[in-house]
Amino acid sequence: MTKRTVIVGCAVVALAFGLVGYGLYADEFTDADTERWQGEFMSVVEDGRALWGSPDLGTNGVACGQCHPNAANTHPETYPKFQKQLGRVVAFSEMVNWCLINPLEGERLALDDPKMIALEAYATWERRGVALEPGKH
Amino acid sequence: MKRNHLNRRDFLKGAASAAAVSTLPVTTVELAFADPAKSFSFAYISDSHIQHVKGDQFVNNWDRGLIRAVAETNMLRPKPDFVMFGGDLAQLGTKAELDHGAEMLAKLNYPTHCLLGEHDYYLDLGEYWSELYGPHWYSFDHKGVHFVVLNSILTHDEWTFERWPTPEQRMLEMAGLDNPNGSPFMVGEKQRAWLATDLEGVAKTTPVVVFSHSPIQKIYKGWNFWTDDAEQVQALLAPFNDATVIYGHVHQIQYNQIGNISFHAVMATAWPWPYPQSYAQAETYLPKLTVPMNRADPFHERDATGWQFINLETGRVAMTYQLNNNTDRTVAYNRETGRPEDTTFQSPESRISPQIHY
Ligand code: HEC
Ligand SMILES: [Fe+2]
Ligand SMILES: [Fe+2]
Repeated sequence: MTKRTVIVGCAVVALAFGLVGYGLYADEFTDADTERWQGEFMSVVEDGRALWGSPDLGTNGVACGQCHPNAANTHPETYPKFQKQLGRVVAFSEMVNWCLINPLEGERLALDDPKMIALEAYATWERRGVALEPGKH
Repeated sequence: MKRNHLNRRDFLKGAASAAAVSTLPVTTVELAFADPAKSFSFAYISDSHIQHVKGDQFVNNWDRGLIRAVAETNMLRPKPDFVMFGGDLAQLGTKAELDHGAEMLAKLNYPTHCLLGEHDYYLDLGEYWSELYGPHWYSFDHKGVHFVVLNSILTHDEWTFERWPTPEQRMLEMAGLDNPNGSPFMVGEKQRAWLATDLEGVAKTTPVVVFSHSPIQKIYKGWNFWTDDAEQVQALLAPFNDATVIYGHVHQIQYNQIGNISFHAVMATAWPWPYPQSYAQAETYLPKLTVPMNRADPFHERDATGWQFINLETGRVAMTYQLNNNTDRTVAYNRETGRPEDTTFQSPESRISPQIHY
């Protein structure tokens, strides 16, 4: 195979997967990039902190932070794990929904809802540095 | 393992048959050397956080906590001499919340004393609360014990009077437990001066029991499990043979001994709080003596909430935590070791895994 056909082949693959904007080379990221990405992450953490304190997430004015100051007692580092009352191994976001539906009398969030991601981002950020212990009760 | 057998079922059964026979007591552990003439009991209910939703709607969960505590306290036999309410009756200090809470508390069949929590105070600085319950700090004597009721949730004047554009915002800033815009609690100079004078006339052999909302000791500043001038208040209690501080605010079992002063925290009727050590980003100082309550089960809405039945045996406290959906606990002053101890779980070998918080 000549060099030319390889390039053409890649271009075809890239087109097929809609990856045109990413160029042909693997990402060689710079410090400026990581800084920007961290910034993006932290802004979602901030959104998450606001949601943890929000009286409007559920329907009765109760906020997650009333029972979980600094998102404490949520143990994101232990998920996925078995929840006896649900009878199976669940994701962190399923327990978020449990508390959202019960003490907050709210409605379930889709697992990829930006609010769900923000809630999880904040809880996980508050546990930074804690070792992963998947499955731990 | 030996467990405290005054569990909920026995307790209610006792109360029911007591109503029939009228003498069968529900009792906590009696200390053998206690002079029965000097012992009496009272009940302690705290942190109901009655929260207004809109119109005549209040958060059901918190309502049910207080209603249950009041109903169960009314069934106690022998009857407690009085009931103490330990603050945070309301969530955001509104008239609607205080009135709704007061209406439920009024169903108690005993004389009731109240103190201020930050959630009752920071909207109108305790004005409406005072119409319902009187002065912000006071003392009274009962069967040879001197009781002091403090307002321990005051803070710097600048924070209270100058920083916030509206009373509503001031209330919200103080209501968020983990809010860095909050401000440390304190008893303050004026009230400490009053306390010094109040205690002057009390013999050093008289047992003194202080009721406060915040712990008069320093556990974790970030959540105001803290009183900034704790040491100065402790110094005023130091000369007494038997001094005890009973506090709310922390929504969990805590106890400690500092010099001659015993400390006991009470449960909330509304919801439990994590132990500060479960916040990974901060240094905290839960008293080593404390055997924590069981981790709360989020699938039982009343778990890790409750109220307390307190025996004063020759001036020291034996506190039985009446825990909804859980085994009751008793923490009693041990004259031999000179500190409060859990009557079942104090020794490290008798601890159980739900008491491990992380
Ligand atoms: C009425 C109090 C209360 C409120 C309000 C509340 N929770 Fe919970 N939640 C609990 C308790 C208690 C637990 C059990 C903690 C434990 O396992 O030690 C819990 C557990 C969890 C867990 C699982 C923790 C674990 O260790 O497995 C998650 C995740 C969670 N809550 C998220 C939330 C979120 C998000 C909100 C707001 C939508 C919320 N909670 C509101 C009381 C509450
Ligand atoms: Fe409280
Ligand atoms: Fe409080």
